[in-house]
Amino acid sequence: MTTTVYIPQDSSALSLGAERVARAIQREALARGEIINIVRNGSRGLYWLEPMVEVMVAGERHAYGPVTPADVAGLFDAGFLKGKHHSLGHGRTEEIPYLAKQTRLTFARVGIVDPGSVADYLAHGGYIGLRNALSLSSAEIVNVVTDSGLRGRGGAAFPTGIKWKTVLDQAVEQKYVACNADEGDSGTFSDRMIMEGDPLTLIEGMTIAGIAVGATQGYIYARSEYPHACRALARAITAAKEANFLGQNIQGSGKHFDIELRIGAGAYVCGEETSMLESLEGKRGEVRAKPPLPAIEGLFGKPTAVNNVISLATVPVILARGAEFYRDFGVGRSRGTLPLQLAGNLKHGGLVELAFGCTLRELLYDYGGGSATGRPLRTVQVGGPLGAYIPASEFDVIVDYEALSATGALLGHGGIVAFDDTVDMGKMARYAMEFCAIESCGKCTPCRLGSTRGQQVLDDLKAGIRPDENLKLLHELMDTMQYGSLCGLGGMTPFPVRSALKHFPADFGPSRD
Amino acid sequence: MTGLSSADASTVEKIAQNFASTPGPVIEILHGVQNALGYVPAEAIAIIASVLNLSRAEIHGVVTFYHHFRSTPPGRKTIQVCRAEACQSMHGVPLEAHVKTTLGIDYHETTADGHFSLEPIYCLGNCACAPSIMVGDEIYGRVTPAVFDELIDEEKASS
Repeated sequence: MTTTVYIPQDSSALSLGAERVARAIQREALARGEIINIVRNGSRGLYWLEPMVEVMVAGERHAYGPVTPADVAGLFDAGFLKGKHHSLGHGRTEEIPYLAKQTRLTFARVGIVDPGSVADYLAHGGYIGLRNALSLSSAEIVNVVTDSGLRGRGGAAFPTGIKWKTVLDQAVEQKYVACNADEGDSGTFSDRMIMEGDPLTLIEGMTIAGIAVGATQGYIYARSEYPHACRALARAITAAKEANFLGQNIQGSGKHFDIELRIGAGAYVCGEETSMLESLEGKRGEVRAKPPLPAIEGLFGKPTAVNNVISLATVPVILARGAEFYRDFGVGRSRGTLPLQLAGNLKHGGLVELAFGCTLRELLYDYGGGSATGRPLRTVQVGGPLGAYIPASEFDVIVDYEALSATGALLGHGGIVAFDDTVDMGKMARYAMEFCAIESCGKCTPCRLGSTRGQQVLDDLKAGIRPDENLKLLHELMDTMQYGSLCGLGGMTPFPVRSALKHFPADFGPSRD
Repeated sequence: MTGLSSADASTVEKIAQNFASTPGPVIEILHGVQNALGYVPAEAIAIIASVLNLSRAEIHGVVTFYHHFRSTPPGRKTIQVCRAEACQSMHGVPLEAHVKTTLGIDYHETTADGHFSLEPIYCLGNCACAPSIMVGDEIYGRVTPAVFDELIDEEKASS
């Protein structure tokens, strides 16, 4: 009898040795005459257990991890192929509390399916959304997405349906769907996990978007920093084409849609939508002035629906189960679920998809298990390098768009980076300015020069040079950046700096030691 | 044409021709050239410009805008160290210092024996397993100075 063994091919699992584990299990099975079928799945997102190996026993998956090649013989001895006890065992995967407490809608199939297989995707509820979409008019699809309350998961939180309606309303023959997969924010990896673990969900979401707005061509703008994700996407696009889920006359519907994968070249600013469009056109990724909105004049000057990976990957479940189903999750104006990413100095880092409404504290302690180093957590940065630092005294804040923004922070793409009490917030603030200087596209002066000047003023403060004057200067400089920059890079770099100054002023002067 | 062999020049020309009819081809071509030659030589810029009927300045501008494209040949293996916040929260800064000391080079440099080039990178998306580095196309998480030393020894032994 063949036993199915799942060993992730997710980048993070690979970074912890999943490839060597896979080879060791294959070798050991051969030596023992055990017949196994290894599936290279995505990650379940329990990263402290990676490489996490799962074995299918009587229709249920049993988890073992973190597995090293040295553990493999022992696992076979213990009978892990039959789901038997071993010190690395965690029982049935679905019953691990970290996973069992989550509401996985966007991530329903990640870690479960074989990411390159259309058959497996279909067997797990894939393409029901597209089938439903094909029975609706474009306007009806847009209405479903609008009614679901889905807002752009890239960080701007703009209602997806309204954006699509703008594109649909343009009476132009050539339109595009452009997927922003330039996930450059530190602390975020949910796009990568979708692309590596369930890329067909993204492809289905883009296809539905194309049909909804009247576009026949889509582009995915992925990152050169994500070679594994790029390979998984390329494989999935080919598989979808072969199965006629992309290309001409999709499933006999008379609708056409194709996707081309484009790979960026290491520029953080290209995550800004207009800069991404310039880069897709093969140019320097310099930000465009808005208006015109990309929905009216986007890629190659044509109306373009620019959406984040998670937004698009959430569309299939909305079309499959209805707007109401999705809208019923969440609080206030933050509807549905958000895949949060627990990163940095946490014991149990990983992917936690929950309905909006939990607190930061629950995420950091109930899921994250506190710091990895065992020291007290001092602060977290939410929403990437342009997000504010939130001090431990404010960990009871609710994680949704409105509540975070009321405290001067932002949710962004849902990445949470935790720091213990050894962090020097003066250094983190200076790094924010340095990062802006390195990544500035150079088009507008507040960002290009302000970021370098910001580093100098912070250095002067640290050296104790004219502190009052320099502090005033720093605030004026940040006002100029915030209100005068063309895009969020220069405009939001002041957020981490200001929040660090506000909550940790003692870190900015000369050290006392 | 100086410094570029005729074989390399024809590789560049072929890549440029392949993509010439794709919409917005410049970055695709530059990826192709860097994958084939390891970098984008100055001479390649003129060839690409001539195939696409663009100015050399336009191509040069694209090459220099993006961190990923390099204008000099890399060492046999490129090591990229993540400098972003999540890695900093897990002792990424001392790791950076250790890497530079061990290799005896700074960012954007190549070791004298031509073995390793060192580049900073801003987020590998491995933020729950920080700090991270990439060696060639392979990503490594939870890297300590000791783990790094082992990796370098393995790399040296296998080449």
